[in-house]
Amino acid sequence: MRKGYITGPVLGALWMVVIATTAAITMSFSTGDAFRPQVLLSLIWGALAGLVYVRFPEQRAPARLGISALLGLSGLTGFGPVLIGSDTSLQAVLVTVIAIAVVMHLSMAAILKETPFGELTRHEYEDAVIRFCTGFGYIFFTAIVVIPFYVMVMTSLKSQQALLQNPLDFSVDLSQGTALFRSYTELFRDFNFGTYLWTSFYVSVLTVFITLLFSVPGAYAVARFRFQGQKAFSRSILLIYMVPMIVLALPIYIAFSVTGLRNSILGIVMIYPVTTIPVALYMLQGYFRGLPTEVEEAGLMDGLSRLAVIWKITLPLSLPALASVSLYVFMIAWNEFLLAFMLLDDPSKFTLTRGVTMLNSSEIPRQHLMAGAVIATVPIMALFLGLERFMTKGLTAGSVKG
Amino acid sequence: MTSASPPTGTGALAKREARLAWTLLAPTIISVSLVVILPLLAIFWISFKPFTLSDLRPPAPVVRESLRGSGDDLRIEYRLRNSSQEIAVDGVTLTDVLPDGVTAGEIIEPCVLDGQELFCDFGTLEGGQRERIRVPVTVDGDPDAFEDAVEGSEPRVTGSGSSVLTNFEFSLENYARVFDGDEFWGVLWVTLFYTVFGTIGALVMGLFAALLLNKSFRGQGIIRGLYLFPYVAPVIAVAFTWVTLFDPFSGSANALLVQMGLSSEPINFFGERPLALIMVTVFEIWRYFPLSFLFILARMQSIDSSMYEAADMDGASPFQKFWLLSIPQLLGILSVLFLLRFIWTFNKFDDIFLLTGGNAGTRTLTVNVYEQAFAISNIGAGAAVAVVILMCLIAFSFVFFRFISREEGL
Repeated sequence: MRKGYITGPVLGALWMVVIATTAAITMSFSTGDAFRPQVLLSLIWGALAGLVYVRFPEQRAPARLGISALLGLSGLTGFGPVLIGSDTSLQAVLVTVIAIAVVMHLSMAAILKETPFGELTRHEYEDAVIRFCTGFGYIFFTAIVVIPFYVMVMTSLKSQQALLQNPLDFSVDLSQGTALFRSYTELFRDFNFGTYLWTSFYVSVLTVFITLLFSVPGAYAVARFRFQGQKAFSRSILLIYMVPMIVLALPIYIAFSVTGLRNSILGIVMIYPVTTIPVALYMLQGYFRGLPTEVEEAGLMDGLSRLAVIWKITLPLSLPALASVSLYVFMIAWNEFLLAFMLLDDPSKFTLTRGVTMLNSSEIPRQHLMAGAVIATVPIMALFLGLERFMTKGLTAGSVKG
Repeated sequence: MTSASPPTGTGALAKREARLAWTLLAPTIISVSLVVILPLLAIFWISFKPFTLSDLRPPAPVVRESLRGSGDDLRIEYRLRNSSQEIAVDGVTLTDVLPDGVTAGEIIEPCVLDGQELFCDFGTLEGGQRERIRVPVTVDGDPDAFEDAVEGSEPRVTGSGSSVLTNFEFSLENYARVFDGDEFWGVLWVTLFYTVFGTIGALVMGLFAALLLNKSFRGQGIIRGLYLFPYVAPVIAVAFTWVTLFDPFSGSANALLVQMGLSSEPINFFGERPLALIMVTVFEIWRYFPLSFLFILARMQSIDSSMYEAADMDGASPFQKFWLLSIPQLLGILSVLFLLRFIWTFNKFDDIFLLTGGNAGTRTLTVNVYEQAFAISNIGAGAAVAVVILMCLIAFSFVFFRFISREEGL
């Protein structure tokens, strides 16, 4: 196996399949026309290319450029790595052919760099394999993450008719102008989505405030004070992590039905923080433990009370942690589905997630559902991307909840 | 001179500190026990009771009033029934004021008329019992005009029955129902499959993704953010997107498969028996690999680089470095993640509920709670399933604490 003339063709063949599949899926999703990767032919073309790339080590050897060009052009004949449907537009065909040729040349040169033709050392061999896996990994993960979100956004812009006609055609007709967003206008006009957006927003913000109000003192106590039952307490926080929501939702549903709190925003605002307080407390106490006690002791010596120390010293020092926790709690509250689904029946009081669930019926067209999904996703994504640093910190800080 | 001895017991300062600590913790403890501990106890209580969705309202008498007949044979009818089919309601009375212009005729038992006020005492109404009271009346003028007046004046009824929830009758019926037949073992098997493969899959994918990003290059932050999307997006959005994507009629994934010649006809991904379970597991992996990825990456970046430098000096190959250095270093975080994710996947409800609703062989224990409680409207049986889940969790957390305490020093 550790021979250049074996490693090269094998990696080349596999890589060709990856590229051919990627090209076919990408082109299908963007034009809706027929593209089909031909696995057997891809293997053969790829092996050939791999052999050429290890045989001619110069970066731009004519043989390298030749085989890549040939392999791209073969797409026109029907014997290439990708079979292109006959009624595909010329532009799409050209894009496919050129893209395959260029990408193959660049990536093969990268994967098989410093891979000699003959005997390979262990390092050379493993490096080549790792480069192949890295390339595959990037394509694979990007594809699985991007495709669903792409489909979500594009479907929301289509009409029912166009969807049923060709589910693969995601090309957007820009000439429609604002009519492109008719699903969104209908949601905001006829389905009250403006209200839901606002409800979700203030419920989430209230949840964040109440959570912080409860968890900051609690976390401080657990982190700083010595008292009996401290250890048992931090453990039981973790245990509460593990109680499934559906188990709690059942008695909560009964209690809320009996007391009349069901179908009220007040009930939701009461229940959401309690689900997030243990998480927030756990995250914050980890952070408080890491703060130096000397600063606080200095404050105490100068005559501040404990509460004043928390307010004037600890909190300003832990602003980044508070930001992370707030973001994380906001995300949990914004995305919360189960409780909203069970406790809210009145369409005038829906949160956004509950509103989107309502759209999942056979009477409402798919693009409305997807538009609702986009409306629910965009704010949290914007927040996430804007504050990614805090978010990833918050996620790793002690939360494995999901 | 007496020898000095260190003070014993808790000093005043320590006591004050403990008191302050408990004061600060009090709001959290109270709210959490109200919403977590109390419901957990309630679940046990309910699981021993034949409690259905319709019992949510305590049994009460329900009355309907109508003006019937015409001419001389005009009468007001009260139809009274017990809202519960099983439980008796005690002290049932009915009070109604006849509108002006309506004169009642002969009043029969159990009613009496005092001026314009009609009062009836029914005593106890058995479960499912119905009563009908006819009061013959004469009206001054057009009967149709009085219909609204008569039916508009709501009669007051009193009477209360014991709720199933608060009495002291217990039965094991719910547990018998839950464990009855093959269904339970089917559900358990589905839960285990989903949990084990969902957890392992997410860990392996997370490890792979972390390996990809464990080097600094331009755009690393962007890609890391991108890979977190599935986890950050609301579950309803991504679940419905998957349903749309894999729809047998208008789904792009099916169109793609058919076009690529991998399948001759559209596949009902979320509707066929073994496939649906595999699909929800794949969804679980897809949605939670970002989390394991994030944790593993954080751990990887904290591994001391001098170890790798030493290995380089000794001529270790990349694979050797991965197996002999990285994996042992990551074993701690991997096992913690495995345990936590295992419990969390076991508890997962939203994803499967939104994707398949528990149909096509994807009913896990958590979905079963909902199915029993709301689809079959037998809350008692749902609670019994919930108790089974809690038992499993207690077993898991036992393992968890033995293990985590060693790993994390908690």
